[in-house]
Formats: sequence, C-alpha cells, structure tokens
Amino acid sequence: MSHYELDARRMLCPMPVIKTQNRVKTLTKGDTLDVICTDPGALSDIPAWARINGHKVISNHEIDDELIITVQIGE
Amino acid sequence: MTKKHKAVALISGGLDSLLAVRVLQEQGIEVEGINFYTGFCVEGHTHAIRNHDKDKQKRNNALWAAEQLGIKLHIVDVIEEYKDVLLNPKHGYGANMNPCLDCKIFMVSKAVEWVKENHKNGFDFIITGEVIGQRPMSQRKETMPIISNESGADDILLRPLCAKNLPATKPEIEGWVDREKLYGFSGRNRKPQMALAKQFGFTDYASPAGGCCFLTDKNYSDKLVDLWDARGSREYEMDDIMLLKVGRHLRPKPEFKLIIARDAGESKYLEGYRKQFTTLQVTSHNGPLTMIDGDIVPEDYDLAAGIVARYGQGRDADQVEVELSVPGEEPQILHIKPLTAEQVNKDWHV
Repeated sequence: MSHYELDARRMLCPMPVIKTQNRVKTLTKGDTLDVICTDPGALSDIPAWARINGHKVISNHEIDDELIITVQIGE
Repeated sequence: MTKKHKAVALISGGLDSLLAVRVLQEQGIEVEGINFYTGFCVEGHTHAIRNHDKDKQKRNNALWAAEQLGIKLHIVDVIEEYKDVLLNPKHGYGANMNPCLDCKIFMVSKAVEWVKENHKNGFDFIITGEVIGQRPMSQRKETMPIISNESGADDILLRPLCAKNLPATKPEIEGWVDREKLYGFSGRNRKPQMALAKQFGFTDYASPAGGCCFLTDKNYSDKLVDLWDARGSREYEMDDIMLLKVGRHLRPKPEFKLIIARDAGESKYLEGYRKQFTTLQVTSHNGPLTMIDGDIVPEDYDLAAGIVARYGQGRDADQVEVELSVPGEEPQILHIKPLTAEQVNKDWHV
C-alpha cells in the first residue's frame, strides 16, 4: 500500500474529480491519494464520486485555503 | 446460459437521463453512466466562484444522479476534442453559439467508442434521456435518426422515454429490453416526466430541461465571439472559457479588455491569474481586482485605471490610487480620477 499526492489546485469542478478518477485508475486497492484542491465544490463531488465507484474518503481538512481530501482506493 | 446485456447511459444530471436509466433498471438491465465535460458545462464550477451562490448546494448533478440510481459514473474530459464540434458544426448553431445537434452526435459517438472498449464486460447498447420535441434544435423527430446514424450508434441507441414513437432498436428486437415497458413521451410538456419521477420516488432533481451549457446563453456567446473577433482567431484555451464566466467584461479599445471582478469571490478567483496577466487594483479604497486580457500600451493605463476606479468605493473621490502590476515588473501606483458613469461608454460592455 502506498501513498500518493495529486495537485488539483485552481481547477474547478468537475476537473478535480476527473483528475482523481484518472489517477485512481493507476493505483491499487488500499493505496491512499491526497487530492489538493482549492474549489470547495470538490468537498461534495470527490466523496460522491468515491461512494459510487467503491472508494472511500478517509479524511478532509483545510490548510491555508487549500483543501486536502484523502481517498482510499477500493476494489 | 443467457448473456446479460448492459447499457451505458449519457448522464447530464437532469431529470430525463435520470428517468431513462431507472426505466431500464426496472427491467433488470445493469447500467453505468457516462458524462462528458466540454468546458462549457454549467455544472458546478461557477458555484465556486461567485459569492452569491455560496448558499446553493455545491453538488455536481451528474454525480448526484448516479448516486440516486446506484450506478457507476465515468466523467470524461473532452475539452480538446470538443473544440472541433464548436468551431465547425456541420449542422450549424442554435440561437447562440450552441451547436446542440453536433454536440449530441459527438457525445453519442464517444459513447459508441466506450461501448466498443467495454464490450467484453457485457456492454452492448447506449441509452439517452432524449424526448422527441423536447429541444428545438437537437431533440426533434427528424434529428433522432441523424444522431443515431452520424454517431455510428445506429440501432444500439435506445431512448427509453420516447422509444414507442421511434422504430424498434436492436435491444428491443433482440428481446434484451421489453418495448412494451418503454414510453412514448413527446413535446415540451414536462408533466409526464414529473409523474414518472413521482412514481419512481424521485422528489429532488435538477431543474427540468434547464440549460446545461453556457453556449446556449446569449451573454456568454457574445463574450466568446468578442474574444475571437479581438484575437482574429477562433482558437481558445481552457482559461479563456473559464474567464468568460467571471466578472464584467469591458472593451474600451480593440486591443484589450478589462475583466472586473463583481464580488470578493471573483476577486479571489482572478488572484490565481496575477502571474499571467496585467492586473489593476484600487489601493486607496475598496475595489475589485481587475485583469487585462490582450495588449495594453502605457498610454492606455490611465483609461483602464479610470474605468476600474469607477467600480470601486472611491468612484466619487477626486482622486484614487490604483496599483498596476505587469507580470515580471515592479508594481506601479497610478493616481487617477475615476471615470463618471457617463464616461464609461455603454458600447464598451461586452
């Protein structure tokens, strides 16, 4: 299991979701991915995307106007 | 053992595609959704920019619809490929710069590609929420076969909400889907869809038949045409189409235009472009961040600053300070008298 980071700063939804989706395709079950973004819309869109595609958002927090959403890869 | 047939659905996030999927799910068909992002989709991103939208629920309706339906959703970035659809629409534009029929053909053709790639996983056909007569340009009886034929989908494109008004498709002929349980909706009346939504228990759904694309908006289309005219080229990048959604746009000279933030949310968004563009900001009073798109010469700095000052709280002052920042140079302060309302020419507004 490995940990990765994805820079989605300044992108507006749905681009952070698309970037997350495409990156997750290259990862394996149990890996975690920190998505760093600035669009607050990602706070609802990435968890929704994760839920319908079998992944899990295990945390989200804000540092200096940046959101860090951590996705754990499912099946 | 009988093969289980699956469908991929074009999901816009609106009511019709939501219903089309549920109609097939009622027949035991497994469906996955696909959603195409052209860059012009109204979904989501403008909510993130403007202050007054802060109370609106920030949700992507396509994702939300997929969650209601319990289906997977694949969101596909088609920004680059879509340029050719917008710039060279075979079937022309609608009332504004909206190439709706070509857009639909393009999206169905992308779904055909997806079905071919995923055929081994059981995907055999495509569904859409189209209804004959629903949209003046793309959803008419005459356009239905054009979409099927020109997209390459032919008889694997099924429209569950109006199928009974159309010739039977392969999923119906082969018995994968029971035609009798499909619908024959037509026209702009939304009552049948609303009744069906109620029957399925959907109470919260995106505005029926609401515009899903900025290109159907006259103001947006006018700004896009202005951009192309000013550049003498119809090329565009993602930043261009995003910036057309932000701020008030004034073009006092053919060579440049001002993008003036309308609230703190837009100012914050434009901050991200400071390193790429010349910006103006009133510093002696509260005022919006303004970006200059195009080529401005120093002789026009006072004109630009005077306009910007007009939109700040110092509009009635004798003199205000405006900071001008050119990327890679030290910022300079301009002392300027704000233009009066009359001096801001109405024709400058794009």
